[in-house]
Amino acid sequence: MKNFIQRIIIGICLVFPLKGLNASESEHKAIEDKEFNANEFIFDHIADSHEFHIATLPNDHHITVPLPVILYSKKSGLNIFLSSKLAHGHEYKGFELKDDGEYKGKIIEHTEDEELYVPLDFSITKNVFSMLLTAVLILWLFISLGNTYRKTGISEPRGIQGFIEPLILFVRDDIALMTIGKEKYEKFMPYLLTSFFFIWISNMIGIIPFFPFGANVTGNIAVTMVLAMFTFVITQVSAGKDYWKHIVAMPGVPFWLAPIMIPLEIIGLISKPFALMIRLFANITAGHIIILSIISLIFIFKSIFVAPASIAFVLFMDVIEMLVAVLQAYVFTLLSALFIGLAVKEEH
Amino acid sequence: MDLLTPGIGLIFWSTLIFIFLLIVLRKYAWKPILNAVKSREERIKGALESAEEVREEMARLKTDNELIIKEAKEERNQLLQEGREIKEKIIDVAKGQANDEAKKIIEAARVKIESEKEYAISEVRKQVAILSVEIAEKILKQKLADKRDQKQLIENYLKEIKLN
Repeated sequence: MKNFIQRIIIGICLVFPLKGLNASESEHKAIEDKEFNANEFIFDHIADSHEFHIATLPNDHHITVPLPVILYSKKSGLNIFLSSKLAHGHEYKGFELKDDGEYKGKIIEHTEDEELYVPLDFSITKNVFSMLLTAVLILWLFISLGNTYRKTGISEPRGIQGFIEPLILFVRDDIALMTIGKEKYEKFMPYLLTSFFFIWISNMIGIIPFFPFGANVTGNIAVTMVLAMFTFVITQVSAGKDYWKHIVAMPGVPFWLAPIMIPLEIIGLISKPFALMIRLFANITAGHIIILSIISLIFIFKSIFVAPASIAFVLFMDVIEMLVAVLQAYVFTLLSALFIGLAVKEEH
Repeated sequence: MDLLTPGIGLIFWSTLIFIFLLIVLRKYAWKPILNAVKSREERIKGALESAEEVREEMARLKTDNELIIKEAKEERNQLLQEGREIKEKIIDVAKGQANDEAKKIIEAARVKIESEKEYAISEVRKQVAILSVEIAEKILKQKLADKRDQKQLIENYLKEIKLN
């Protein structure tokens, strides 16, 4: 969360010019010692991390929130401990968190025979923590909403209902009903709604630059891969006869074309979730990179006078990112529904 | 590149979290929300439909009423027409009867007058006859006072008879 402290500093600079100048001077000194590396700074932010980094103080002291590390290796079995044990390159039970090099950001295990071994890492990382937070938020919001509906029944929507209900209706009417159709859409509504709100709220939480928010969850390829896999699996499981017929033996195509057609169809099959995965990942990561780059400009130019322009641009980008957050959730849900709709469609 | 390599831990956790979310939300959030929204929509639809039905019913009743009023008016007119006709007929009949009666009365009066007249005439004749006889008697008495006159008269009569 380097950009957090930087934004705070910039904010102070704008409100208290003299004091701020001093503060930023000292910050500059701290960074100058290591020579500010925008590339490292940006990729540190968008990558996952074993701890929640809040700020780096001028005396190079880090304020971090440690997160649980859960490791499984064949040699030492299951190991659970806090990430603070591995801070500053400390070794704990033979485990070491690499700061640079080939295994940068990964935990490796030292063994007696001096071999490096990478254990399976099931740690509650920054992203997992953020996902859990999102899950709690979503559960709290929608279960209480569900209870309200259960209690008030069919009376007119009140309060938060009035905000959420149009979105639910939007997912139902403009996504599910349009692409899947009246007969079969109901079965897929829970998945579409869950993915829509999960992606949207994750995106929104990713934009907020304060602890405990700001993790780049939906800009992580593992998360988008899992989401795309869900769409893929649901599509294949619910696919009808016609769908498989189109893949194995496309009607109206001569049989001798099958050796070409079948691999093509299979590529099409895989490329759909692949596109879903890349689109979400790239869009959200790109947004984070742009915002961080504009922030970095201040430190690259080492000038306080760049700050107002940077802030204005960051503000502008934040607003655009809020739009992108809901847009990408919509696109993901719409395409998922489209793929499902294509799979369940029956020709007459 | 590290950015494009999905880590096993994140795959595991995100799968777990997402499945958990899916199951819990489906049961406790999406089902009640979607059901409530659906039943509300159905109720609104039903209400609109029944309103439409009522409207149609009203329109039908209105046309019915108009029809009834029209029929009633026609019937009234017809009744009035009939009454008028009956009145005229009655008047006609009465007139005819009155005429006939009057004619009869007049006829009877005429007959009576005729018979009275005849009676009166005959009465007058009788009187005249009596009077003339009396007058003749008086004249004869006067005239036949003289013997010569009597003789002459008898001769006149006799002459007349001879002539016959």
